[in-house]
Amino acid sequence: MVEVGVEYTKVSEIRGPLLIVEGVSRVSFDELVEIETMDGIKRLGKVLEVGQGKAVIQVFEGTTGLSVKGTRARFLGKTMEVPVSQELLGRIFDGLGRPIDGLPEPIAEEFRDVNGAPINPERREYPRDFIQTGVSVIDGMLTLVRGQKLPIFSGSGMPHNILAAQIARQATVVGSGEEFAVVFAAIGVQYSEAQYFKRSLEESGALRRSTLFLNLADDPAIERIITPRVALTVAEYLAFDLNMHVLVILTDMTNYAEALREISAAREEVPGRKGYPGYLYTDLATIYERAGRIKNVKGSITQMPILSMPADDITHPIPDLTGYITEGQIVLSRDLFRRDIYPPVGVLMSLSRLMKDGVGEGKTRADHMEVSNQLYDAYARAQEVRALSEIVGKAGLTGVDLKYLDFGDAFEQQFLKQAVDENRTLEETLRRAWDVLSTLPEGELTKIKEVHIKKYYKARG
Amino acid sequence: MVARGRIVWISGPAVKADGMSEAKMYETVYVGESRLIGEVIRLTGDTAFIQVYESTSGLRPGEPVIGTGNPLSVLLGPGLIGRIYDGIQRPLDDIARQSGAFISRGIAVDPVDKRKRYRFIPTVKVGDELEPGSRLGTVDETPLIKHHIMLPPDNPGGKVIAVEKEGDYDLEHPIATLEKDGKRHEAKMYHYWPVRRPRPLREKLDPEIPLITGQRVIDTLFPVAKGGTAAIPGGFGTGKTVTMHQIAKWADAQVVIYIGCGERGNEMTEVLVEFPHLTDPRSGRPLMERTVLVANTSNMPVAAREASIYTGVTMGEYYRDMGYDVVLVADSTSRWAEALREMSGRLEEMPAEEGYPSYLASRLAEFYERAGRGIALGTPERIGSVTLIGAVSPSGADFTEPVTTHTIRFIKTFWGLDTRLAYSRHYPAINWMISYSGYVDSIAKWWMKSVSEEWFRLREEGYYILQREDTLKEIVRLLGPEALPDEEKLVLEVARMIKIGILQQAAFDKIDTYCSPAKQFKLLRLMVGFYREAQKALKAGIPLADIRSMQIITRMLKAKFEISEEEIGKIDALYDEMMEEFKALTAREVKQVVG
Repeated sequence: MVEVGVEYTKVSEIRGPLLIVEGVSRVSFDELVEIETMDGIKRLGKVLEVGQGKAVIQVFEGTTGLSVKGTRARFLGKTMEVPVSQELLGRIFDGLGRPIDGLPEPIAEEFRDVNGAPINPERREYPRDFIQTGVSVIDGMLTLVRGQKLPIFSGSGMPHNILAAQIARQATVVGSGEEFAVVFAAIGVQYSEAQYFKRSLEESGALRRSTLFLNLADDPAIERIITPRVALTVAEYLAFDLNMHVLVILTDMTNYAEALREISAAREEVPGRKGYPGYLYTDLATIYERAGRIKNVKGSITQMPILSMPADDITHPIPDLTGYITEGQIVLSRDLFRRDIYPPVGVLMSLSRLMKDGVGEGKTRADHMEVSNQLYDAYARAQEVRALSEIVGKAGLTGVDLKYLDFGDAFEQQFLKQAVDENRTLEETLRRAWDVLSTLPEGELTKIKEVHIKKYYKARG
Repeated sequence: MVARGRIVWISGPAVKADGMSEAKMYETVYVGESRLIGEVIRLTGDTAFIQVYESTSGLRPGEPVIGTGNPLSVLLGPGLIGRIYDGIQRPLDDIARQSGAFISRGIAVDPVDKRKRYRFIPTVKVGDELEPGSRLGTVDETPLIKHHIMLPPDNPGGKVIAVEKEGDYDLEHPIATLEKDGKRHEAKMYHYWPVRRPRPLREKLDPEIPLITGQRVIDTLFPVAKGGTAAIPGGFGTGKTVTMHQIAKWADAQVVIYIGCGERGNEMTEVLVEFPHLTDPRSGRPLMERTVLVANTSNMPVAAREASIYTGVTMGEYYRDMGYDVVLVADSTSRWAEALREMSGRLEEMPAEEGYPSYLASRLAEFYERAGRGIALGTPERIGSVTLIGAVSPSGADFTEPVTTHTIRFIKTFWGLDTRLAYSRHYPAINWMISYSGYVDSIAKWWMKSVSEEWFRLREEGYYILQREDTLKEIVRLLGPEALPDEEKLVLEVARMIKIGILQQAAFDKIDTYCSPAKQFKLLRLMVGFYREAQKALKAGIPLADIRSMQIITRMLKAKFEISEEEIGKIDALYDEMMEEFKALTAREVKQVVG
């Protein structure tokens, strides 16, 4: 590694987040670069394109203040790496993994490439351990399992962080008593949001088994490309080397995608939808797919990315492509939020793809899946009837339709709604589910088998 | 002469190399010191544009590029069934053995174990004249698949000079020698075939046999024929993958090729975990014994995603040539199109719609054209088929985007998934108003012969009820259900019964997951029969409320998952009981009128 630290000074162009250096040789694709200004300020970047003696470098901390003259680029001969060790737990870092809690650099066990490598599908262990979050709507209808990636699609001002923090505090695997280690990556969020999360972990005593990476709203935008990768590299170490169960929370992925778009625009690439690069799907996948379990390894990575849908539009490329990669989505509803129902989960648009494998006899309860299906079906019908009653009035509805109106209200008030610090057991969640289903006539429960109806249905007069 | 050049430029999966004047278009090349696999996709002077099938991180200008002289090809021979491959036919379990749980680069492994010995039984003898593509013998690949050892379609054929007798041989062992025009050549139990070149058939046949998938909305309403094409577009969460898994599990094909193209890693794992434990309803053997998986998950290199579709379809054609019915499901063709778009962008080609290259439509056409039922080359006569089913993931669930609109031009069965149906958990969320099948007329004969003469009429009646409901729903939306006359309210009621009792099917319920054609027919007859009787009853003056509150309705709706395949006679009993109940209703009414 003689060439480590080869330095070049011939900067030919600075454009947006990009720095173009000429006259280089033996530079490799994806290589890490250290950039030093005349005043001795150091920044990091990586090679996006190399050839014909020219290297295009993306500068993580932005190009503000860099000049064509006097800027030096040192090619480090390796891709970007982060130090990993158990000591990272309980610590707070910036978006590139440098400590900002006033404590010294942790001693590294090892250095790992932040890009990771794809998990071989043949070596994956299929996720099926039920995680009890204590939130009825999630445990009952959107069950989370260990190793799943389940995002929260939110909108500005909605309580996604409060919900994520509640899940982080309450999540357990029933019967095992194991607690989750939490890796939290703030990507371009406001100081107060990051602070809320930190306090929440602190008060519940979870901070000592957490690692925080903070790229705040006023930190360099391009750094956001790296922050989730740094966090996931640490999570992989904790999960697959130290056998811990890790919950990774990434908030807000919309800021990440915007940083990606900024680089793509600076490179003058052909844009896909809404100016986002055509490879946005692939790029997001390299983040979201870093969740899961591996055969013969005890640990796991459960991912909960949070993103705010621009203008609450679920067809926007960011939520759209995310939904195609993740194993379901929890969608927050503006309507429920306005009506002061917490958590404001719009259940009909939400989904947990792995639920079917985490519930049922021997895992939760034999009637769980059918109850969930019936709740969806009945609530969908209730929503239809609500819309109809606004036009034709209650007088134009049939008797069964009126029952569905009652069901809708009962569902929202008794099942969905709960307090921020309320931790419900699965038994209680299912009891509440049957309570609200029992507002409907027995014949309407077409998704539930007779045996379960006999056992749990309590008709109301 | 093979090309030997040097890298001059790198950007993601695209690499330019100089000194490549010997290279051919679509030739496989080794890139860099770690010998990454790539493919030449453009030649300008002596500069080659190469798409690299592995991560190019750490690659430098100046590193060597070496040609292989061959186009990207797959190995075809015994040992493919039951395996899981990456996009360029490397077995993922062998990769794991070399690099552990995470995939690293530059790994060279054979698609099958060439040293494994198979019991070869010759079917030709010395002196036989063989045409290209002819069968030489068979080996038992799995208990389900008798593997036909065939001459490659581009083999000259000729007179059999020698052929091995029955015995155990490995793949490298020459099993026959042929002579053509004075030249001798040897045949082994495997050969290579370029993935971008369709394997020829002697003659294409009309698709007239339905592919039974055990999914009611597909088989009964929108069937696909063996050798046909189908597309299933849908936004996320509408159940594309679940439907694809269901088809891969239950379709009555002998070989299933499942291509996970740019999709989730856990979905491939699910197939790997589940299929060995699921049994084929016809043979009773584990499903894995008829399945080949090709997995290029979303986080694996993008160029190999483009190749994975071709790798899969070439293996499918190979089993078709043995005379098998093959189903190939590709989930998702949109990711393949995106891979094309990404490479096209790096080549700085002029983009067409949404950045996709202008040749997107012709590539899609070429792919779906590889479906078909036909007679294979050579002797003896073998009829096989490849059915192609492609998932499409339209951005924003918008069916007017380029991949969906172009795909529709080249397929005959369209299963349009509907976000609104999915939100209300109507699964499979195939919207019956936008979906269609171009095979209904050609396969009706099969249904009427194998299941019932009544099939075609009942299907039309059932479908008609759904179509009328769709029109009536508009009125209900404005005026409320009470504004309709009873006859029309009945249509709504029966449409609801068809939706719940037939169209909705629980993929994860032990009984409901697969529904035989006979059971599908009986359920259809039950619902349509109910409609006929209820119409009569209404005419006889029986109030709709009485019909609606018939106790039997709930049991009819649950018949799909309460009555198993072994006891489908119970559906007939239910039908009779329903007729009785109607009779009793009418009798009561008559009594009241008379009294």
